[in-house]
Amino acid sequence: MTDNPYNFAYLDEQTKRMIRRAILKAVAIPGYQVPFASREMPMPYGWGTGGVQVTAAILGPKDVLKVIDQGADDTTNAVSIRAFFAKTAGVQTTTATAEATIIQTRHRIPEAPLGEDQVLVYQVPIPEPLRFLEPRETETRTMHALSEYGLMHVKLYEDIARFGHIATSYAYPVEVAGRYVMDPSPIPKFDNPKMDDCPALQLFGAGREKRIYAIPPHTRVVSLDFDDHPFERNRFSQPCALCGAGDSYLDEVVTDDRGGRLFVCSDTDYCEGRREAGHRGHQPGGPERKEAAE
Amino acid sequence: MYVAVKGGERAIDNAHRLLAEARRGDRSVPEIGTAQIREQLSLAVDRVMTEGSLLDRDLAALAIKQARGDLIEAIFLVRAYRTTLPRFGHSEPLDTAAMQVRRRISATYKDLPGGQVLGPTFDYTHRLLDFALEAEGDGQGEPARPATAPADPDQPMPRVTDIIGGEDLIERNPPQEAGAPVGDLTRDPLNFPAARDLRLQNLARGDEGFLLALAYSTQRGYGRTHPFVGEIRLGEVEVEMVVEELGFAVPLGDITVTECQMVNQFKGSAVDPPRFTRGYGLGFGHCERKAMSMALVDRSLRADAFEEERKGPAQDEEFVLSHSDNVQATGFVEHLKLPHYVDFQAELAFIRQMRAEQAARPETEAAE
Repeated sequence: MTDNPYNFAYLDEQTKRMIRRAILKAVAIPGYQVPFASREMPMPYGWGTGGVQVTAAILGPKDVLKVIDQGADDTTNAVSIRAFFAKTAGVQTTTATAEATIIQTRHRIPEAPLGEDQVLVYQVPIPEPLRFLEPRETETRTMHALSEYGLMHVKLYEDIARFGHIATSYAYPVEVAGRYVMDPSPIPKFDNPKMDDCPALQLFGAGREKRIYAIPPHTRVVSLDFDDHPFERNRFSQPCALCGAGDSYLDEVVTDDRGGRLFVCSDTDYCEGRREAGHRGHQPGGPERKEAAE
Repeated sequence: MYVAVKGGERAIDNAHRLLAEARRGDRSVPEIGTAQIREQLSLAVDRVMTEGSLLDRDLAALAIKQARGDLIEAIFLVRAYRTTLPRFGHSEPLDTAAMQVRRRISATYKDLPGGQVLGPTFDYTHRLLDFALEAEGDGQGEPARPATAPADPDQPMPRVTDIIGGEDLIERNPPQEAGAPVGDLTRDPLNFPAARDLRLQNLARGDEGFLLALAYSTQRGYGRTHPFVGEIRLGEVEVEMVVEELGFAVPLGDITVTECQMVNQFKGSAVDPPRFTRGYGLGFGHCERKAMSMALVDRSLRADAFEEERKGPAQDEEFVLSHSDNVQATGFVEHLKLPHYVDFQAELAFIRQMRAEQAARPETEAAE
């Protein structure tokens, strides 16, 4: 694009090469956090600078990009990041999971199964699964090197003793390829099973913390648990109010100030696709609206 | 309505227009010019240049205007611009002994070669609001020209630490190695333990308020270092760079810096006689508070080198270096306002489940 003052996908080629090297190392050592020279991006730390750098490094002119936040394509930050790449790379964007070659995500894995020609890029706030047990990076790196994960198991055990359950409902730690314990980013634990044996390449970028890690396609990913307290997916007591899906992760929407609640798919593309295919929930038009408001 | 998140693109556009409107303020008041900011809010410009790691007064002034005076936002703007610039090398060490000094004070000697030079300082002003400054443009606010003695280029102004070093009473600086690599934490991830070059770079970019609080904590007993201000000097120094093709250093120009050298409690051993120790601070422009805080924290972070017990946060390298950057800090703190409803939903479901289980438990258990 001649009228574009930026390099393709914003980052200069040297930086992209540096990031690609980190990605290759991450793929070679599944679940290992590779330090990389994260750049200052034109959006704030915490807004997905790690994911944006990974996407910028792997994006090609023929890629089709989808960006979601909380499962939705139309949340403000997803809109902003999609617009960033549309402007700096001129790539085609989509909201359809199946059409995308690269999907950048914050806090969700799409409901539709991913294929081997797709890459899922996660935005990661705190890449270190042991951080809240041990604040020092020097210590946690040693613990990973020695596979010393006793502290994590003690934490999970103490949860069970105190609450009767493992009290982690999102960012639920996993073991990757039988070696590294990894933070899956703050996805709900509902999404954890989708990481296991996934045909798509999964890349994780943490910009502020300057770490990249990866799950190569078809890698074993196990959510940590105990034999007598096996990992459980969150369940919903009702289906999506719009599309009737009973297998998707739902957002709870407060509809009034009298305790009114509506449960709808967090994955907007999945929900729309089902409705187009003729599926209906118990309130297919969304919450009832007063005519005068139209 | 549940579709409140829809239309994000339009909402963002409108928010940007509202922001521009708020930045402009009352349109009956003349718009502020970046040259005015550069000349009259010069200490804000200095701070943005120091913490933004980019020496450019015009860009810093523009950033301050665009950020509506929010200096951390301005620093962020400058950093995001800086990161797009190529890095083509590094300068030779600055020779601050050869500085064209505008201000130079020492708290360790009453008088010394070159003398004490107060220069432009708030130090002895009475903090009374000067209402004369309110009168705009009528010439009443124009200050009288200061009386300045012409600088005598023949009068040497040796650095206080060099004077103390002449008696070998202060730790020696490590010998300079020509061509030794210089770390750059904007090009390589910071690993711990960090070498002192990277520590100093981190502190120079670090938030002034954070370093000030840490420095203050060392004075109140959280890792005391018994500091004296050996010297603070402000002025212009020449920047030189060795160009490979030429094989010698060429001057790139003069920059204004503030340097603070702290002289701290001595350290000796059975073989080494006791010597004072050093803490070092340097920043762009006039930034005394920052340079002094930096020097105190630099010295505190050297606890291991002097076999001091680490007791205070200011002595904890990982703690200080990981949290000093205000662009990182503000990003991560402020990202909490981004949507988190997927995670919150997971927590909601979990807390309801636990409460339901508790309510279903037999009475006997609840009574205990």
